[in-house]
Amino acid sequence: MSVFGQSVTRLEDAPLVRGQGAFAADIDFPRQLHMRVVRAEMAHARLLSVDVAPALALPGVVAAWSAADVQGVPPIPFRATKVRGLEPYCQPILARDRVRYVGEPVAVIFAEDAAMAEDAADLVLVDLEELPALLDAAAPPGDFDGARDTEPTIVRKAYGDVDAAFREAAHVVALDLSIGRHSGVPMETRGAIARYDAAMDVLELHGTAKKQHWNRDEIARLLGRAPSSVHLFEGHVGGGFGVRGELYPEDLLVCLAALRLGRPVKWIEDRREHLVATNHSREQRHRIRAAVDAQGQILGIDNVFFHDQGGYIRTHGARVADMSAGLLLGPYRVPAYRVAGHFRLTNKTPAATYRSPGRFEGSFVRERLMDAIAARCGIDRLAVRQRNFVGVAEMPYARPLDALGTDVVLDSGDYALLLDKALARFGWDARQADVARRRAAGECVGLGLGFFVEKSGLGPSDGVRLTVDATGAVELVTGAASVGQGVETVLAQIAAAALGVEYRRVRVLHGRTDRIEFGSGAHASRVTVMSGSATHQAGLALAALAKATAAAMLQAPADSLTIEAGVVRRAEGAGGASVTLGEVARALAPGSALSRERATPGLTVESWFHSDHMTYPYGVQMAQVAIDRGTGTVKVEHYLCAYDVGRAVNPMLVEGQIVGGFAQGLGGALYEAFRYDERGQPLSTTFADYLMPTIAEMPPLDVLVTEDAPSPLNPIGVKGAGEGGTNAVGAAIASAVDDALGGRGLVTTLPITPRDVLRMLGT
Amino acid sequence: MKPAPFHWHAPTTLAEAAALLAEYAPQDGRVLAGGQSLLPAMALRIARPPHLVDINRVAGLDLLEVVDGVLRIGAVVRHAAFLREAAPGPLGALLAAVARHIAHWPIRQRGTFCGSLCHADPAAEWPLVAAVLDAVMVAHSLRGDRRIAAAAFQRGLLDTALEPDELLRAVELPLLAADARFGFEEVSRRAGDFAQAMALAVLRRGPDGRVTEARLGLGGVEPAPRRFPQAEAMLRGAIPDAALIDAAAHSVAQAAQPMEDEGYRRALTRTVVQRALLQACA
Amino acid sequence: MSEHAVTLRVNGIAHRLQLPARRSLADALRDGCGLTGTHLGCEHGVCGACTVLLDGVPVRACLMLAVQAEGAEIRTVEGLAQGATLHPLQQAFIDHHALQCGFCTPGFLMLAVAMLEEDPDMPEAEMVHRLSSNLCRCTGYANILKAVQAAAAAMAR
Ligand SMILES: Cc1cc2nc3c(=O)[nH]c(=O)nc-3n(C[C@H](O)[C@H](O)[C@H](O)COP(=O)(O)OP(=O)(O)OC[C@H]3O[C@@H](n4cnc5c(N)ncnc54)[C@H](O)[C@@H]3O)c2cc1C
Ligand code: FES
Ligand code: FES
Repeated sequence: MSVFGQSVTRLEDAPLVRGQGAFAADIDFPRQLHMRVVRAEMAHARLLSVDVAPALALPGVVAAWSAADVQGVPPIPFRATKVRGLEPYCQPILARDRVRYVGEPVAVIFAEDAAMAEDAADLVLVDLEELPALLDAAAPPGDFDGARDTEPTIVRKAYGDVDAAFREAAHVVALDLSIGRHSGVPMETRGAIARYDAAMDVLELHGTAKKQHWNRDEIARLLGRAPSSVHLFEGHVGGGFGVRGELYPEDLLVCLAALRLGRPVKWIEDRREHLVATNHSREQRHRIRAAVDAQGQILGIDNVFFHDQGGYIRTHGARVADMSAGLLLGPYRVPAYRVAGHFRLTNKTPAATYRSPGRFEGSFVRERLMDAIAARCGIDRLAVRQRNFVGVAEMPYARPLDALGTDVVLDSGDYALLLDKALARFGWDARQADVARRRAAGECVGLGLGFFVEKSGLGPSDGVRLTVDATGAVELVTGAASVGQGVETVLAQIAAAALGVEYRRVRVLHGRTDRIEFGSGAHASRVTVMSGSATHQAGLALAALAKATAAAMLQAPADSLTIEAGVVRRAEGAGGASVTLGEVARALAPGSALSRERATPGLTVESWFHSDHMTYPYGVQMAQVAIDRGTGTVKVEHYLCAYDVGRAVNPMLVEGQIVGGFAQGLGGALYEAFRYDERGQPLSTTFADYLMPTIAEMPPLDVLVTEDAPSPLNPIGVKGAGEGGTNAVGAAIASAVDDALGGRGLVTTLPITPRDVLRMLGT
Repeated sequence: MKPAPFHWHAPTTLAEAAALLAEYAPQDGRVLAGGQSLLPAMALRIARPPHLVDINRVAGLDLLEVVDGVLRIGAVVRHAAFLREAAPGPLGALLAAVARHIAHWPIRQRGTFCGSLCHADPAAEWPLVAAVLDAVMVAHSLRGDRRIAAAAFQRGLLDTALEPDELLRAVELPLLAADARFGFEEVSRRAGDFAQAMALAVLRRGPDGRVTEARLGLGGVEPAPRRFPQAEAMLRGAIPDAALIDAAAHSVAQAAQPMEDEGYRRALTRTVVQRALLQACA
Repeated sequence: MSEHAVTLRVNGIAHRLQLPARRSLADALRDGCGLTGTHLGCEHGVCGACTVLLDGVPVRACLMLAVQAEGAEIRTVEGLAQGATLHPLQQAFIDHHALQCGFCTPGFLMLAVAMLEEDPDMPEAEMVHRLSSNLCRCTGYANILKAVQAAAAAMAR
C-alpha cells in the first residue's frame, strides 16, 4: 500500500521528544557576543538624541549603536506587493528622527553576555519629544513624516454594476464590524545568530525561518555582498504562523555586527519584546453593505474597510489588505462587488500576515453579513447560504478579481455537499431542537456557523532535488522551509510513494541556502501543494531513471520493472534478479559507463513544478455555545471543523493542523487582543495579559476531513491544509453567540469578551 | 529578560534572617520566598532589589501545624501543601478548594501562602481567605514578633502593614467549627488566571436553619479583599432563601468600589457573591 | 553582584558551576550544563516550556535561581529516555502526534511525567486541570491529552 495518504508517525519527532532540538536559542558559537535592543518607550515622538556612552562604559560591553552608526543600511524592503509608492513607509533598522510605536528599535548593545547587554541597554539615554499618537485606523489620517499622511494607499477592486444592484435591491443590509488586533505568537520567540567566516568570506545567519532565499538575497543586497557569500540556515523552528521568518531589523543588525565586530553575534528576543516587536495582525474595521433581493439572493456588495497597519509597512507591503479585499466573497456568487480598503498607519506595532490572513477577517465579516441577510429576509441561516453558493457545475469559477497578483479562479468544490455532510455530522437539527428546549428552560444557548473558502498553493514555482546515494539512502533537498508543521514527513511520504522506498529512508533538507540555489520557503499553505508536486514529479522521474539504469544492469526492459522498498525487480513474480537503488546509484557513479550516457552522473534528479493559480480548499465550521448570564462567559460546548483538502497526504497531520489552527482561531474569537492605552502604551506585554487558550479553554472538537474536490491544478490533487482550522472560528463563534443572544445582530466585534456579552445581555 | 544584578543571602536561622533584613531593608533588600511573584517582576525589571534574603533554608519556617485550635502556616509553606486537606474539618476543605484556583500546579509547588499575603495582589486568593477568616499575621524582626490582624494587614494594592525589615514568619488561621459551611466562587478569564472577582462565604446555621454566624468577603474587585458587614448582618438570624441571597449579593455589589471597569465588576461581584452563598447554603 | 559556586545534580549527574546569583535555573541548565532541552518561552512563569522536576515535583525553571537548586535532584527531558528506549510518554507523544514544532514538548513531557508519577490513574478532568499549566501554540492540545492518557495506560500494563 502506498504511504501517500497514510497517517504515519513523523520523521521530525525523535530529536524533539528527547530535548535534542536545535532551536535558535540552542545555537552557540565560540566567542559570541549578545545583542540587546533598546526600544522606544513612546508610541509617537520626535527622536531628539540617543546617547549610548553610559552603556559603553559598562564592563563587558563591546559596542553600542544608534541610527547614526548604521546610516549606510537601507530600510527593510518589501517582498510581496504590487502597490507602488510604499517605500517611504519602510522601517529603518534603527529609528531615525521619529519613533512610531512602542517597541521600535532605537539602539543596540553588544556585550559578553545577555544579562550584561540588558544592564547596558538600561543605561542608554533616549531623548524623546512626545507627539500625539494615532491609534484608530478609521479616524482621519494623520501626519507620517511631514511630507506624507498615514494612508499610503487605498486598495480598490470592483466589477459589475454595484450602484445598479443597490438601486434594484429589495433590501440593503449594512454592518459595521471590527476584528481585534492579535497575532501568531509562537511559543519560541525570534532569534538570530550571525557569524562571519573570514576564511571563506561567508556570512552565516542561523535561527532563520520561512523565507530563507529571499531573505538571503535581501541581506546580501542591503549589506553589499554577493548572495553566494551569504548563507541562511534553518534549525528547528518553534512555530511560525506567518510572523516568524520575515526580514526584521534585528536580522540585519546581527549580520552587520558580525561583519563589523568580527565575532559571532547572538540575539534572542524575549517575550515582552516579542509582543511589541514581532508582527501583529488582523486589526480591521469594515463598513459593509449588501444589496439583496426579496429571497436573500445577493445582488451586490460594497465593502469599505480600514486596515490598521501599525507604525511601518513591513515586508508584506499591502498584502493582507489586498487579500481582505480580493478574497472576501468566499463561496458565494456575487454579481457586483466594490471594495475600498484604506491601508493606514497607526502608532502601534507593525502588522502583517498571521495564519489565514485576510480570510479570518473576511470570513467573520462575510458570515456576519449572511446571518444579517437571513434575518432581514426572514429566511433560514442555512438557506441563505445554500441559495448563494457557487454551484459545483460552475467550477472552475472565475471571479473578475485578483488577489496576491493572481486571478481568483475557484478551482474545484462542492460547497452544498460539504454543508450537508457537516450538518449531518454536527447533528444540526437535533441540536437546534435541544437549544430550543434549553432556551425555554431559561438558558442562553445558541448555534452558529461559518462557511469559508481558503486559498493555498501560491505559485509561481518550486523545485526539489532528489538523490539516492550508494547506500540506498534518499535525500530530498528543497527550498521550502519548515515551521513545525510536518514538512519533512509529508515530503518524504510523497517522495517515497513516487519512488518506491520506505518513507523513513528519505532525509529531507530544507531552509538552507547553501544546499539549493532557489527556494520559496513556507507560507500561504504552499509547501504541500508546490513542493509536494515538485517532489512527486521528482520521485517519478527518479524512479524512471532507476528503472532505465536497472534495465541495462538486469538485461530486462525498463517497463517490466517495479521499485518496492528500494529494490528494483521484474514486476511479475517476486523471483528473478533484482538490484537495490544503492546499486543503481553506484552504477551511475561519475566515470561509470552508464553515467556517461547522461548529462550528469548519479542517481539524482531535479524537478520543478509551476503553477499560475492558487487552489481553493473550503470548509465550514459549526459551534454550539452557552453563555453564563451571571458573568458573560462564553462556553463553547461543541465545535465542528469540516474541511475539504482535495487529498490528504497524511490525515493525522491534516487533523493536527486543523485542531491547532482552531485553537488559534478560538484565541482570536474570545481571548486574544493587543490592547493599548490612550497614549499608545501597549497593555498586553506579558503572557499574563495576552491571553492564549490553554487546554482548559478547548471545547469538545470534531474534525471532518473530506476529499471530495481534488485540485485539478496539480498532479497529486492536494490543497493546503494549514489555515482552514483558523479561518472561520471568529465567524462561527460570533454567529453562535449572536444566536444565543436572540439573533439580533449584536455581535459586531472580535474578540467577544465577557464584558461585551454582559452588556449585550443588558444586565 | 534577565533580572538586574543583586546579592543573594541564604540565612539558615530566623535570627540570621532578621539581622540580614535589618541590614539590607534600608537598601531596598527584599525577602525571597517562593519567588513566583518576585522573580517574574525582577525578570521584567519592574523590581530591582539589590539584595535578596532567601528564606527557603531557614529552619522551622516550613511548619504547618494545628496548635490550640489554630492552624499555623510557616513562611515557606507552599500553596501545594493545601491541595490535600491541611487542617481538620471545614477549614482543610476550604483551603483545598481555594488552592486549586491559585495559578497552576507547578507554580503552587513553589509559591507560598505567606508570600502571597506579603505580595498583596488584590486578585490573589489567600488574602481573601485571611480577611474572611480573621487570620493573624506574625511579623518578625530584630525587634521581636508583632501580631497583626488581617483587617489591618493589607492596606491596599500591593501594600501591607509590614515594615521593610519585617519578615512574615507565620499566619494563624482559626479552625472552623465542624458545622461551618463554605462557598467559594471565582471568575477569571482563563484557567489559572488571577481572579476578576471572587467571593468567599462561611456560614453556620442553627437547628432551625437560621444563620448564626456569617462571614462574607470579596476579592479581585477592590484594592484589597475585605468582609462586607452589612451583607453579613442581613444574613445573620435569617433563613437564607434565594431572595435573601440575591439581596445580600446586591448589597455587596452596591457597596463595592471597583478599581476599574466599574459596571462589569459590579455585575461580576453580584454573581460571585450569590454563587458563593448558594454553595454555602447547599 | 554575587558569584557563587554551585553543584547542580541533573538526571543523576553532578554539574559544578560558577554563576551569578541572578542566573535562573533554566539558564544554568541550558548554558551551564548544556542541557538545552529545557526551553524558555516567556521567562515569567506563564508558558511552562521550562518545566523541570525538582525533587519529584514540577517547577518553572525560569522562576527559580540556580543557586536555590543546590542539593536538589533535578530531572529534565534529557533524562527521560533510557538509551534507545523512549519513556512511554515520549513514545505516546510521537504515536499520537502530540507535537508539531516541539518547542513546548519538553515542558509538557515533564509536567506529564510528574502527573503520572503522582497518580497513574488520574481522571481526565484532573489531567486537563493539570495540563492547563502549560501553553502550546501548535497542537490545540487534543493530541497531548490523548498521548498522556495512552501513556498512562501503557505504564499501567
Ligand atoms: C503565571 C502565574 C500565575 C499566578 N496566578 C496566581 C493566582 O491566580 N492567584 C494568586 O494568588 N497568585 C498567583 N500567582 C502568584 C503566586 O501565587 C505567588 O506565589 C505569590 O503571589 C507570592 O508568593 P511567593 O512565595 O512566590 O512570594 P515571592 O515571589 O517570593 O515574594 C513576593 C513578595 O512578597 C515578599 N515576601 C514573600 N514572603 C515574605 C515573607 N515571609 N515576609 C516578608 N515578605 C515576604 C517578597 O519580598 C516579595 O516582595 C501567580 C504567579 C504566576 C507566575
Ligand atoms: S519560560 Fe518558564 S514559564 Fe515560560
Ligand atoms: S508543538 Fe509547537 S508549541 Fe506545542
